[in-house]
Amino acid sequence: MSRKGFIPLGNRMGEGRPPGYDIGGAVVVQWAVALLRRAGLWGRGLVLAVPYLWLLLFFLVPFLIVFKISFSEAELAQPPYTALFAWLTDDSGEGGKLQIILNLGNYIRLWADDLYVLAYLSSLKMAAISTLLCLLLGYPMAYAIALAPPSRRGALMMLVILPFWTSFLIRVYAWIGILKANGILTGILSSLGLVDEHFEILYSDTAVYIGITYTYLPFMILPLYATLEKLDRTLLEAAADLGCRPWQAFLKITLPLSIPGIIAGSLLVFIPAVGEFVIPELLGGPDTLMIGRVLWNEFFSNRDWPVASAVAIALLAFLVVPIMIFQYVQGKQDAEVRR
Amino acid sequence: MKRTGFLSWALWFGYAFLYVPIALLIIYSFNENRLVTVWSGFSTKWYGELLENDQLLSAARLSLEVGAISATVSTILGTIAGLALARFGRFRGRTLFGGMITAPLVMPEVITGLSLLLVFVALEGLTGWPDGRGMTTITIAHTTFTMAYVAVVVQSRLVSMDESLEEAAMDLGARPAKVFFVITLPIISPAIVSGWLLAFTLSLDDLVIASFVSGPGSTTLPMVIFSSVRFGVSPQVNALATIIVLLVATGIFIATMLMARQDRQRLRDEQMAQQGG
Repeated sequence: MSRKGFIPLGNRMGEGRPPGYDIGGAVVVQWAVALLRRAGLWGRGLVLAVPYLWLLLFFLVPFLIVFKISFSEAELAQPPYTALFAWLTDDSGEGGKLQIILNLGNYIRLWADDLYVLAYLSSLKMAAISTLLCLLLGYPMAYAIALAPPSRRGALMMLVILPFWTSFLIRVYAWIGILKANGILTGILSSLGLVDEHFEILYSDTAVYIGITYTYLPFMILPLYATLEKLDRTLLEAAADLGCRPWQAFLKITLPLSIPGIIAGSLLVFIPAVGEFVIPELLGGPDTLMIGRVLWNEFFSNRDWPVASAVAIALLAFLVVPIMIFQYVQGKQDAEVRR
Repeated sequence: MKRTGFLSWALWFGYAFLYVPIALLIIYSFNENRLVTVWSGFSTKWYGELLENDQLLSAARLSLEVGAISATVSTILGTIAGLALARFGRFRGRTLFGGMITAPLVMPEVITGLSLLLVFVALEGLTGWPDGRGMTTITIAHTTFTMAYVAVVVQSRLVSMDESLEEAAMDLGARPAKVFFVITLPIISPAIVSGWLLAFTLSLDDLVIASFVSGPGSTTLPMVIFSSVRFGVSPQVNALATIIVLLVATGIFIATMLMARQDRQRLRDEQMAQQGG
């Protein structure tokens, strides 16, 4: 197989196809190939072009469009927002002018209306508390697995990941039966005489904390385990030889060395949790305010696409810093592994 | 030792936290009673009712189709992306590419869903394609967000793989394409299989993005489950959940076994090659 082995791969995807291929211009193709080769783009570059173009078209461009629509006004039409750019001509069809209308009203509304500000703040709070709960529960688990004999680590990690493979919606749903009044948890607690039988956790912020912690726990454990497993155990032995107590050694050696894992895991939980919709919708009460829910309602109930877009852009703005930190940590870990 | 005691208690508590809800779900799917939390005898009648629920079955079929297609496409794209990130070194636009690959891992689903819908609406306005929203748009959306997971899995496998095998093949005169298909691809195939499985389950699982990009007449399984859960807990959903859990667990178990065996085989081969050389 020659270097051309990559061509069918590109063609199958229908992208990264050399221009002129369809018109049957074999000469054009040859010329383009020669040009690309000279530019060092043939082969690698062509292969790369396929996922690159896909991501540009379906990941980056969408955000630009959301950004654009957040400046338009809602209207009763299809699509339900006004155009930002208009080509104005006078009656005779002459004197074309480009008109751009930027409507900042959506963003002003976000600030002026308490609902949005409160929803953003409460989302940040709920995500932060859930992240902390995941860390408190996940750290000892990850550490216990990292300390287990190597032959058992794989199976123990598998047990952590397995629930992640089963439906997320169904796992959230499972908690409804546990947390509701007359549910399983109430039954246990009331038979112990701790609460009366009408006690209900469901439809409260506590239920949302439990739900987020439960569904995102594997995301916390995975990076924590990855850093704790690499930890040099001789450091702990040296500390013990020098008279360090186990908890001191933990605080002075294990914890600081596992900070990259803590950061990566916390961000993997925190960022998606801020925009969470399903968990507060199913487990939270009517007054559980989260921005993902607000966005959903603006979009599906109020049919106000521009405001929904503005909510999304503002949410993204809140998350830019954590996402950048995540990518930085991720990049550093990659570089470390490669070395 | 006291500390090890605490750690193993924490571990068992964590496992209980993860598995008790799922176990209860399975147990109560065999409950005779309509009320999900009142036990009144063993019965499989909810499974029978489930099999007659046409709405659910057609949604399940759509979900499986979308899952299979999007997982396949995203495995191809994600493998290329992972390869580029692990092997191409520094290339122009790498930072942007790496960002676009890892961002979907953390991006809140409501944002991804909304932005994909708006791009489809804009594309339709500009080019007439995609004509309305349905299976095509859901598939494209799922491909986009699952691709990131495949890329990460493939990339980490490539990074841990011994690069000298590829270099040796190159030294012996193999072209890059040949090296990839004959050396690299077989070695990373377990990662590709698990990437496909991951993409498939993520696609089967997704509610939020599918709700945004689906049109009338294209309802996926999570969308049906979600609306029926909002109406109230139904034992039929428990039965369905049990079937899904068992199918997934079996699939994962088989895949893990196969991959572990292949891994051992590969290690043995590598050791033998080293001893022989």
